Amino acid sequence: MTASSVSVALTGSGGSGVMTAGAMLLEAAAQAGWYACMTRSLGPQIRGGEAAAMLRFSATPVESHGDRFDALLAIDWGNAARFADEIPLDGESLTLGDPKAGEIPEAIRAMGAHHADLALVQTAKRIGGGRPNMVALGVIAALLEIPDPALARTLERVLARKGPDAIEASRAAVAAGQVLARDLPALPKLPALGETSRDGRWQISGNEAVGLGALRGGVRFVAAYPITPATEVLEWLAPRLQQVGGVLVQAEDELASINQIIGASFGGVPSLTATYGPGLALMTEGIGLAVGSETPVVVVDVMRGGPSTGIPTKSEQTDLNIALYGLHGDAPHLVVAPNSVADCLFTAQWATHLAESLQTAAILLSDQALGQTRAVLPRPATAHFEGGRKTMERIDGEYLRYATNASGVSPMSLPGVAGGHYTADGLEHNPHGTPSSLARDHIAQLDKRRDKLLGYDYGEHWAQIEGDGSTAIVTWGSSTAAAREALTELAADGHHCRLISLRLLSPTLPEKMDEALAGVTRLLVVEQSHDGQFHRYLRAHYDLPAEVRSFCRPGPLPMRAIDIRRSLQEWS
Amino acid sequence: MSESQVAVAPLTARDYKSATKPVWCPGCGDFSVLSTITKALAALGLAPEQVAVISGIGCSSRIPAYLNTYGFHGVHGRALALATGLKVARPDLTVLVTGGDGDGFSIGGNHFLQACRRNADLTYIVMDNQVYGMTKGQASPTTEPDWERSKLTPGGPGINPFKPLVIALASGATFIARGSSSDPNGAARLLAEAIQHPGFSFLHILSPCVTFRPEQREWRKAVHPAPVEATDDPGRAARRLMTDDGFNLGILYRSERKTYQPELHARVTDLAEFDAEFQL
Repeated sequence: MTASSVSVALTGSGGSGVMTAGAMLLEAAAQAGWYACMTRSLGPQIRGGEAAAMLRFSATPVESHGDRFDALLAIDWGNAARFADEIPLDGESLTLGDPKAGEIPEAIRAMGAHHADLALVQTAKRIGGGRPNMVALGVIAALLEIPDPALARTLERVLARKGPDAIEASRAAVAAGQVLARDLPALPKLPALGETSRDGRWQISGNEAVGLGALRGGVRFVAAYPITPATEVLEWLAPRLQQVGGVLVQAEDELASINQIIGASFGGVPSLTATYGPGLALMTEGIGLAVGSETPVVVVDVMRGGPSTGIPTKSEQTDLNIALYGLHGDAPHLVVAPNSVADCLFTAQWATHLAESLQTAAILLSDQALGQTRAVLPRPATAHFEGGRKTMERIDGEYLRYATNASGVSPMSLPGVAGGHYTADGLEHNPHGTPSSLARDHIAQLDKRRDKLLGYDYGEHWAQIEGDGSTAIVTWGSSTAAAREALTELAADGHHCRLISLRLLSPTLPEKMDEALAGVTRLLVVEQSHDGQFHRYLRAHYDLPAEVRSFCRPGPLPMRAIDIRRSLQEWS
Repeated sequence: MSESQVAVAPLTARDYKSATKPVWCPGCGDFSVLSTITKALAALGLAPEQVAVISGIGCSSRIPAYLNTYGFHGVHGRALALATGLKVARPDLTVLVTGGDGDGFSIGGNHFLQACRRNADLTYIVMDNQVYGMTKGQASPTTEPDWERSKLTPGGPGINPFKPLVIALASGATFIARGSSSDPNGAARLLAEAIQHPGFSFLHILSPCVTFRPEQREWRKAVHPAPVEATDDPGRAARRLMTDDGFNLGILYRSERKTYQPELHARVTDLAEFDAEFQL
């Protein structure tokens, strides 16, 4: 029985080592030549709450979760019932757990999977320094038929810092797990791949990719306040900024974060902050200041369930409205969204380049599903966007900071340049930068700030367009992977559809969209939101085909290909 | 000096003033503080392009536009945050922050505490007139509880005034001084010392609002030089600042502490080095 992908979930209480085992499984599968992704799902507790590592393995690139899971292994059952909706099982699935670590919860048993007991605790105890999570790793590795050399290399790589004793204990626990797996029913098989197929591949999370993209784009100053699920962007950047002569300042709050990066950028250093919705809400006044004073900044929002504190550890695409419309006044700015883990790298780099080139604020909308998913990917393509800010090297004669011109982008003078002094201002101003309440100055500067965004050539990066057909899905962000998978499955049945995934959400490009929608008579709008924010946005800004349907569903349940496929199939 | 350059006369206070006419009322103390700033910059001989003056919102926050230096007139209460970002990213610049009591101690209060704690090399000049002037005369954090002249707080605000110098001390500021707009030269000397002080320096300037607090014209008679020299003992400073009459002028506390300035030295020049951690 071979399969195109195999999905496995590991659950346990916090501290049981679920995430460690999951990460090692991901690494080992990658070493064996497969693609894979792992999404973390956590309960609200700081420590000791329930945790789930959801993994999917495939011979081809994979970034979303499947319609069902082939296996669920519980290191302990803790509050695993809370994951019942996120880990769909069926009669073909296998659940595994140690009777000594609790009863299988009814919500999970009710899904009808085949269950087998697994003596994880007892097996681990027999090994000095052995832990149940490493036994679990051995069990799953054996069920997936991950070759021993790949597993051994993973143990050495991941546990290198813990020393030879820890590696040996884990090796023994994994071997014991492999023995336990002999008595278990088989899982579907992935095609065996040569280890060389892994060459050149990367393993990266969306949050790390945003950090790397920002560095590549030229960001050298970051100020931010910790917030889930954006914190890893900051934790990845902090030490690396130091290495490249930059700095990350932990600010007292998001009000300080946004204003600090405006200050650093005014000084000429490309700057970024990262947050989630509540932080973005606090920053909106400052983002307006960046827009009005034409100071480039990048604001990363790793979205989670909202409103308010919402669901801190789980994903949703519901900060679209605030990102687009949250600023007061007429405040044109950039809103961009990566549509895959790899694209987090590209889009963060692009966003930095756009903000710098256009001297405005760019809001990048990632989400928990991208940010905290770790994926094995083909090596991301290298983009050549770096910096892009027009500056004045020297000043001859009078300097007009906000001079109007055809592009709307007026070169910035940076502190230190003699004769280029000006006062950047949140007050409306004349071309010199002097505060002005005259109608003609207001209109001229409003035009300047709008036209520089509309006149810019965004190339083909504004959207990712794949496939063809009179039916299309239009989507954005992390929903793209599930939509793509649904269309791939439909194409296999002979139904060909188009996929349009918007990377540039603001400004809107109606002519480009007209081209993308040419020949489309039926459009399905796919997004992870309860109120259909994306659907309303499309309705407001674009001419859509006569037949439009919205498939919108809130988090925390992940978008799945099966639901998208069904809503297309039902539409006939 | 290259051959094409010729020796130029040293800059005077006037050279630091822009052509923009202030929006302030005649008699406002802030005119004097503007002159204090230009005098201090001239006394230190700082090149105007190496100076950035950052402010928030309020009457006194208008100052950057009146100077021939780089400036940023940002949003209400966030001047210290913006200035911190600028100074950390550009340690070569002299960064001054100007504003009023409402901007600094109410809406921006937390940034004031954190700036004192952080000790970045900023100089913060607060023009205190115990009133919101730009919005036409409401009680500020330093207004007396029984001040009854605002329609917004009939019977007076009823809460104790914020004590900026004591709070600065408790929050870790390393330079605390008080000046008066009635003595622009004395204030300029204090400001020059504040600018030269490494780390965060706080200069509180009594600057009357003649429109909404005309009684503050009397401040010129109440101010007097502090009777004792600056101390570096926080305990002694606390007692002094808690008990002083609010009109002691001079440097009241000065100490040394490590300045917040992360090193900006690139050890990695090829970003491709960061790819390694992601490669299988």
